[in-house]
Amino acid sequence: MSEAEIVNECQPSFARGLWALTRRELKKWLNDPVMLVMFVLQPLIWMGLLGKSMNIGGLFSTSNINLPQQIPIPGSAILYPSGLPGVVLDGAVILQMFAEMGSSIMQNTFGVADYFSFMAVGMVSMIVITTTMFSGMSIVWDRRLGFLDKVISTPVSRAAIIFSKILNATFRAMFQATVILALAYLLGLKLSSTFTPLNLLGVYAAIFLLGVGLSSVFIAFSIRSTRMERPMQFVSLITMPLMFASNTFFPTKLMPDWMQAIARVNPLTYLTDAVRQLTILPTDSSALLVDFTYLGLFAAVLATAGIVLAWKYLTR
Amino acid sequence: MIKAENLTKVFNRNLVAVDHITFSVREGEVFGFLGPNGAGKTTTINMLITVLKPTEGAASVLGFDVVKQANEVRKVIGVVPQEYTADEDLTGYENIMLCADLYGIPRDVAKQRALELLELVELSDFKDKRVETYSGGMRRRLELACGLINRPKVLFLDEPTLGLDVQTRAATWEYIRRLKNEYGMTLFMTTHYLEEADVLCDRIAIIDHGKIVVTGSPSELKDSLGGDIITITVKENADVTSVIQSVENVKEVRKENGAYRVKAANGEVTAPIIIEALRKKGYTVTRLSLTEPTLNEVYLEYTGRAFRNTEESRMEFMAQRFQLWRARRR
Repeated sequence: MSEAEIVNECQPSFARGLWALTRRELKKWLNDPVMLVMFVLQPLIWMGLLGKSMNIGGLFSTSNINLPQQIPIPGSAILYPSGLPGVVLDGAVILQMFAEMGSSIMQNTFGVADYFSFMAVGMVSMIVITTTMFSGMSIVWDRRLGFLDKVISTPVSRAAIIFSKILNATFRAMFQATVILALAYLLGLKLSSTFTPLNLLGVYAAIFLLGVGLSSVFIAFSIRSTRMERPMQFVSLITMPLMFASNTFFPTKLMPDWMQAIARVNPLTYLTDAVRQLTILPTDSSALLVDFTYLGLFAAVLATAGIVLAWKYLTR
Repeated sequence: MIKAENLTKVFNRNLVAVDHITFSVREGEVFGFLGPNGAGKTTTINMLITVLKPTEGAASVLGFDVVKQANEVRKVIGVVPQEYTADEDLTGYENIMLCADLYGIPRDVAKQRALELLELVELSDFKDKRVETYSGGMRRRLELACGLINRPKVLFLDEPTLGLDVQTRAATWEYIRRLKNEYGMTLFMTTHYLEEADVLCDRIAIIDHGKIVVTGSPSELKDSLGGDIITITVKENADVTSVIQSVENVKEVRKENGAYRVKAANGEVTAPIIIEALRKKGYTVTRLSLTEPTLNEVYLEYTGRAFRNTEESRMEFMAQRFQLWRARRR
């Protein structure tokens, strides 16, 4: 065999390498149904417990307040048959006003009448975060097992190695988001009137963009690490702040200024908003445009950084 | 086939793992890197297979520079790593096909070759079983098959028989011989098993503390010792080095673990003369053994007999433990 022949035989292509590595990860994942169930269970529990227990809409319900049948208002000179001075209002009218005020507060704060719908959609962001953080850990694991070194010693594109991790995490997030949205619908998620099944494509696109961006961060952080502890610590450090300093659980406009500033750069805010716009809110296309632009930039910048780092640091 | 010149790797700016080594491997030979744990064998292999970047110096495989033409190198080499890197959740066949995909071997060619290779390493019956169920020996054979999927011109084997039982080790040696004889492949292997280096390698480089201490064929190395080794124990506590030294044909005397290690030409004749000389001075020989040089002797000659407190990286240590654990599970 001449040298030319050997070189011709191997034609490593980015797409084929990428698909082979991604398929490996997806197979591993599908082979483990217990993990699969747990991954869905976690956001489901959050959604069920937090979304249903924090019945913020219920605060304004008429059963939450005790009023007498008639409410006397002192200071008026008119005497009423009961003999008391002042104006007497009908309690039922007050309750009515209270309930209407309540739903208007809910509407203005959350954009929807029930907190559960608001919060269930926020769970999509949580899924993306928990799933993508495993991409960082799996690269450490591959390094430890020697698998990464073996892959590096083949002519497969370095970018394919990184992208396979990113894609794998993103696919998982998309799958789990589908499951969680379907479950939320069964549990009482109220879709807006502008919702069409086509909007789901938009939801996927938004999840894809955030998934690519976030997993690039996690991978970049753990690419040279040989210890599992470090990416784990990093993840637990940033997960909570990222979720709470965003509109995942609560609208940002009621947060203090400094927190709003964080939420404004937090990509979770944009994903959550995009998904809400597409499902439970009447779609506001200009807001949606902002969301997608931000998510797109986030994904593009971080994926590029991930690739650059991969080139630099995969080979030590 | 392989050339290395002043190849050096320094980790974290102060740990010199490989220290300016120079060697070359000829076409069609089995070249062995022999040395204790932590001597720099795996680091050297990792630089040659483009996994690590050399800190200094240069190396080439088939004329391709391992840094500047890394991708060309990757196409023509096969690697059988020390660890079991096959994916446990995939079957043996799927693992080989994954390697084929990484090399970009046309699908139809790859399928046929994967089946051939599984046949070669006698895993055909298990090809659709998940690797999780494989024994250590089977995993090692699968690694070998994966390393051969691109018909490499040079195959790198890092500790190919680490942790294997005697039968599997013998079988692995047989595969290695076949690769060399039937396929004319050049093999570069590391080992710390002396007999392995002795029976398999055409040439050996003994590496210690990141430096090559000697290179040659096993027989050259044995001859270089310049004679037999006589080990003598004396009843008395006194130092009798000078007495032994005075005997004709004795080349060198070293005291090790309370015994004298004597290097002498014509051992069978010299040994009785040494006993006689010691007795004349009033010493009693309690024990004597005569060995013709083995690779073992060569090895100890060049690396010393002292126990090693090597500094192994935490990761290497964990990887080894994990591997042994997996090998032992079945």
